[in-house]
Amino acid sequence: MKKDEITLEPAVTETCYHCGDECRDEPIHHDDHSFCCEGCKLVYDVLKENDLCQYYRFEDSKGISPGADLYEGKFDYLDLPDVQPKLLEFTDGRQARVNWLVPKMHCSSCIWLLEQLHRLHPGVVGSVVNFPEKKVRISYDPTQIKLSELAELIARLGYEPYISLKDVEGKVLQKWNRTRLFKIGLAGFAFGNIMMLSLPEYFDLGQSSEDQNLRLMFTGLNVLLSIPVFFYSASDFFVSAWKALRGRYLNIDAPIALALLGVFLVSLYQVGTQTGPGYFDSLAGAVFFMLVGRYFQDKTYASISFDRDYKSYFPVAVAMLKEDEETRLPITDLRPGDHILIRNRELVPADAVLASPRAMIDYSFVSGEAELVERRQGDTIYAGGRQVGPAVEMEVLRRVSQSYLTQLWNNDTFTKEKEDQHQTLAARINRYFSVIVMALAAVTFVFWISRGQAEIAFNAFTTVLLVACPCALLLSSTFTNGNLLSLFGKYRFYLKNSHAIERLSEITSVVFDKTGTMTLANEAEVHFVGEVLADEEKAMVKALAAQSSHPLSRLVTQSLAEVPLSKKALLDFCEVEGAGTSATWGKHEVRLGSARWVGKGEEEVLADTRNPRVYVALNGQVRGYFNIKSKYRPELAEAVTNLRQEGYELYLLSGDKPTDRDLLSPLFGGTSRLHFQQKPEDKLRFVAQLQQVHNQKVLMVGDGLNDAGALQQSDVGLAVSNDINNFSPACDALVEGDRLALLPRYIRLAQAGQRIVKTSFGISLIYNAVGVSFAVAGQLTPVVAAILMPISSITIVLFTTAATNLAAHRWMNVK
Amino acid sequence: MSALYILVGFSLLAALGFLGAFVWAVRSGQFDDDYTPSVRILFDDTSESTPPSPKKTPNQ
Repeated sequence: MKKDEITLEPAVTETCYHCGDECRDEPIHHDDHSFCCEGCKLVYDVLKENDLCQYYRFEDSKGISPGADLYEGKFDYLDLPDVQPKLLEFTDGRQARVNWLVPKMHCSSCIWLLEQLHRLHPGVVGSVVNFPEKKVRISYDPTQIKLSELAELIARLGYEPYISLKDVEGKVLQKWNRTRLFKIGLAGFAFGNIMMLSLPEYFDLGQSSEDQNLRLMFTGLNVLLSIPVFFYSASDFFVSAWKALRGRYLNIDAPIALALLGVFLVSLYQVGTQTGPGYFDSLAGAVFFMLVGRYFQDKTYASISFDRDYKSYFPVAVAMLKEDEETRLPITDLRPGDHILIRNRELVPADAVLASPRAMIDYSFVSGEAELVERRQGDTIYAGGRQVGPAVEMEVLRRVSQSYLTQLWNNDTFTKEKEDQHQTLAARINRYFSVIVMALAAVTFVFWISRGQAEIAFNAFTTVLLVACPCALLLSSTFTNGNLLSLFGKYRFYLKNSHAIERLSEITSVVFDKTGTMTLANEAEVHFVGEVLADEEKAMVKALAAQSSHPLSRLVTQSLAEVPLSKKALLDFCEVEGAGTSATWGKHEVRLGSARWVGKGEEEVLADTRNPRVYVALNGQVRGYFNIKSKYRPELAEAVTNLRQEGYELYLLSGDKPTDRDLLSPLFGGTSRLHFQQKPEDKLRFVAQLQQVHNQKVLMVGDGLNDAGALQQSDVGLAVSNDINNFSPACDALVEGDRLALLPRYIRLAQAGQRIVKTSFGISLIYNAVGVSFAVAGQLTPVVAAILMPISSITIVLFTTAATNLAAHRWMNVK
Repeated sequence: MSALYILVGFSLLAALGFLGAFVWAVRSGQFDDDYTPSVRILFDDTSESTPPSPKKTPNQ
């Protein structure tokens, strides 16, 4: 029949002018450019209207398409009188300022666009971007633009600000960075000047009587300069040592504080009794180098947060229905009995009972179960689920803080600190080191006393303490770990702090989560099983699948990306929830759905329960099915095999159904290592059991909130994220999904780091031995101390930097 | 050698001046973000049709 001839349009790939993505659906042609979606077109219009089209001239410009989940009134809660003051940094009625986290900014053109906000709205006074922190600070006139309008303005550009419950509950903005810089600056200033003023002493100048006054002035200035170093710059060491002493344990700062105090007092004594010039230069230099080392080590990834709990995930406010009127209410004010409205892709903030007839809930966030769950009127929906589809109404059962999901955070695991000061390598070595030094100092003292030379005895005792000051030890671990942190970051592995490196090097067991960690979250392998479909038939299937919003239909549509779009309209479209869809395409009847929907026998219906399948029937004849399998991360199998060969104990925990058991068991070494249908608490308990019963050091690799407990319990919790600036549960380390296969290398690098710490400590021991031999003999003059101290510090800095770079090159660059 | 008293005094004053400059730089937020300004400086102030409007944004 002529009439039935298919009118197919070739599938052309056009890229969107705004976001640079391939246009998957029908491109929108507008103003001589193509756009992939209405959102991108809108942003273009806004930019064009305001003469900001030079945005597109940036080489790396790649706009963001505003998400489909943006709707009118989304930010209305920002104007609530009890929310707004907590978000504003400053306001005086005529000008206000907010500092918003915008996770989506990713390139220099984003910076440019976000700093041009004043051209988009006269109410915006100015905006300044801090790119490393992914924050934009906007000053605006509250009489001209409301906070909610401001949020909408930048959200419409694609940069939706991330405002979480944590922001609203009020956290203190940390300015520690500046205080540290002041301390370093002051110590450096004093160090340089004291060295200069000590120069005559180094060369035994100024011994003649007319120079005595000059000498007195130089010494006096040295004392003056060292006072702020001792009381201000070094204060952190004393505070930390004092805290440790009060808690009845010795930390790494205790011997440092003792040595600094000893040197300062001896120097004052020498100056006071005119017996010597003191060691003020060594004191200031040691404080300066140690502070620099710590600053380097503690330099964190400003835009990544490692300490998120459920509060960071939950929305700030939710739409509440009161006498059929929609108002926005902060979720902390939700009370049992309130009616709330949950829109597409919104999170259910509290346990609630469904009031609408039907909801499709995505629990992947909580349980790891990837498939949508259908809930009917009257069912309880637990907090943390995400509604997919049209907006639904619910009645709140419990307050947010008492909901099922949030209960997990009441577990003891979340209150204990993982960082154990006296477990670090430096602290362990230090314990022996301090004892030996003390013994040596005591022996020296007794030796000189027994020979009747009290003066030398006293001097030698303190100088032994001075040269053997554990700052070299501190420097070797701080500089090694600090450099490793930035090297790890270069290879997209973000560790929370230096303690995490040490714990990573001691790992014996690795526990993997499945969904989202081993598998890719939003992709699936779709295979067609059955009779091969002709091109025309594929076009029919695609046309029908594209009509449905069911996730499986969407996956089928995606897998048929190569198939040209059909221009022919579908007739008699019908979708039966939980079963399938059907329509007529020209003269053909097309059915897509479950085995029962296409009229398959019982045995097929039973087989339907493993991997999800979408059956295809054309004109009443079953042609086969699309088998939909979760897609594993490529190369991960190799990494897992490597880990097993190196002797790590491997386990898999999944919240999902036991699919792919046969595929996974050879990788992990037996089915006994695979645990399915694990609830968040089960995962936590499993990790705790490994640690306590089997004495293992556990690395937990997970992604969702359902792993939050296990990540916290484990020795090193590694969160996998496809976008590190997005949100992941509280953890010790973060890695980008496609880098997870490098895990064995990351562990090796951490182990290499520990060896470097030990070696550089050995090097500083040689310097110490030289210094101590002078000191024991009572011969340590200020000039020897002044030379030894900076040389040993600089050697250690150079050695650790070179060695860590070499190790990183060795372990990370092998392909 | 009495000139040294004055010279040392001056050298310390100069050093204090630099320390003051450092403190000012930290306080004014110059060390808070060591990446964005390096990008910002490369942007053209001029737009395609309207004359540039120099905007000063309050940093603090």
